[in-house]
Amino acid sequence: MIEFLNMGGYGAYVWPSYALTALILGVVAYESWRSYRAAQNQVRALEKRQADEGRRR
Amino acid sequence: MRGWMGMFLIQLRRDLTLAARLGGGGLLAVAFFVVLVTLVPFGVGAEPALLSKLAIGMIWVGVVLSTLLSLDRLFQADYEDGSLDLIYLSPQPLGLLVLAKCAAYWITTALPLIVVAPLLGVLLNLPAENYGFLVLSLLVGTPALSLVGAVGAALTVGLRRGSLLLSLLVLPLCVPTLIFGAAAAGGHLNNFYLLGAVSLVFLVVSPIASSAALKLNLG
Amino acid sequence: MFDLANPKKFMDFSARLMPWLAGLAALTLGTGLYLALFVAPPDYQQGESVRIMYVHVPAATLSMAVYAFMALASALALIMKHPLADMAAKATAPIGAGFTFLALVTGSLWGKPMWGTWWVWDARLTSELVLLFLYLGYMAIWQAVEDPIKAARAAAVVALVGVVNLPVIKFSVDWWNTLHQPASLMRVDGPAIHPSMLWPLLVMFAAYGLFFAAVLIVRMRMEILKRRARSLQLAQARARA
Repeated sequence: MIEFLNMGGYGAYVWPSYALTALILGVVAYESWRSYRAAQNQVRALEKRQADEGRRR
Repeated sequence: MRGWMGMFLIQLRRDLTLAARLGGGGLLAVAFFVVLVTLVPFGVGAEPALLSKLAIGMIWVGVVLSTLLSLDRLFQADYEDGSLDLIYLSPQPLGLLVLAKCAAYWITTALPLIVVAPLLGVLLNLPAENYGFLVLSLLVGTPALSLVGAVGAALTVGLRRGSLLLSLLVLPLCVPTLIFGAAAAGGHLNNFYLLGAVSLVFLVVSPIASSAALKLNLG
Repeated sequence: MFDLANPKKFMDFSARLMPWLAGLAALTLGTGLYLALFVAPPDYQQGESVRIMYVHVPAATLSMAVYAFMALASALALIMKHPLADMAAKATAPIGAGFTFLALVTGSLWGKPMWGTWWVWDARLTSELVLLFLYLGYMAIWQAVEDPIKAARAAAVVALVGVVNLPVIKFSVDWWNTLHQPASLMRVDGPAIHPSMLWPLLVMFAAYGLFFAAVLIVRMRMEILKRRARSLQLAQARARA
């Protein structure tokens, strides 16, 4: 296990690379999903308001 | 109707006259260039051998930055007073205007920079055999800078903080010009062909891209 | 396929595609990481540090390919004036910038043990850095122009000028590199790569590609929804006035 983490002495370079890959891909995916949901909610709210205002008239 | 060449010359003369009457733009760029290059020894130290190694690179970088300095005004005045709209509505192709503007800009801004470049070479201890190459490389390379800058200027013409965006858009595109220009000035002669090729590529790309960008800002 | 150019049809189709694509991307990425970390052998020269290749090389290749895709979408947008092409181009940029940044940082992390410094002005790293600037400029123009139709056109011009320049930049940087640094650096991905390393690499390529496709679909849906929200807001403001 320790040997695996050590990566033949290159652990200090290999692990940050993988961690950064995970971080950046994660951030891109998460940010995209979050803003997608936000846009979805916004459209839903606006459509609901439109329907409400239509009924009132 | 006059030929395109005639139209080009009329536009060029108009811009040169305007620049002569208003003054300032080109000289300001020269002053900026001189001050910028003068700052280098304060940063790296005044050791003559070091300076002569850095001279070509600093002068070329200085020329790139000084050329960009007043580019944001390239189409601005014509955009604000509406003459750009008139030219857009006329049968004359917009690309021709772009070329005339670039030529005028090159004459008023780049040419003075090329004139003072050898003087700055003296300050930076440029080796004697490089002066000719330096001036020649600037003559071949600076048209590319004006042309690629025109694309940025056309894109940012109506924007409030356009000049910062202009630099971000244009500076990366100056990389090939800078590489071949500095190498040519260093006496690597085949770089002159490559430098000329870059200028020619931009001579084709810039009128197309700039007029597309101007159209969207006018339309 | 052409039917997808209709935003409504695109929304229906992409809604069905999205979960499958996301699942497949996650699965492939998991497999690729497993192969890269546990199965692939260490290199006889570079030892275990070669494992950085599996996250670095696909990022570097994709960063360029994604820019080409963005320029293609921009060209379609300019020629056919189709909003979906604009959205595809806009949605592409942050993903491409992410890949570019990743390629730079992992390249630097790989360079430290191989070259002894975090950064060398190696031709590939330098081109990658310039590419990052191109992505930033592209995203900045979307930010700077308020009117979405104008912004789309301006961004398309930026992308196309960038893609015309990219080969010139790449060539000039290679040229500059040979001029200033006579081949003292070791090649990081030789032409002959052993199959035991090739397979994990190909799986990682596929994983990055699928990741791009999945996120692209999400971002395009987001752009369509944002445009819908904008038109709803305008309609409601008009109805109230």
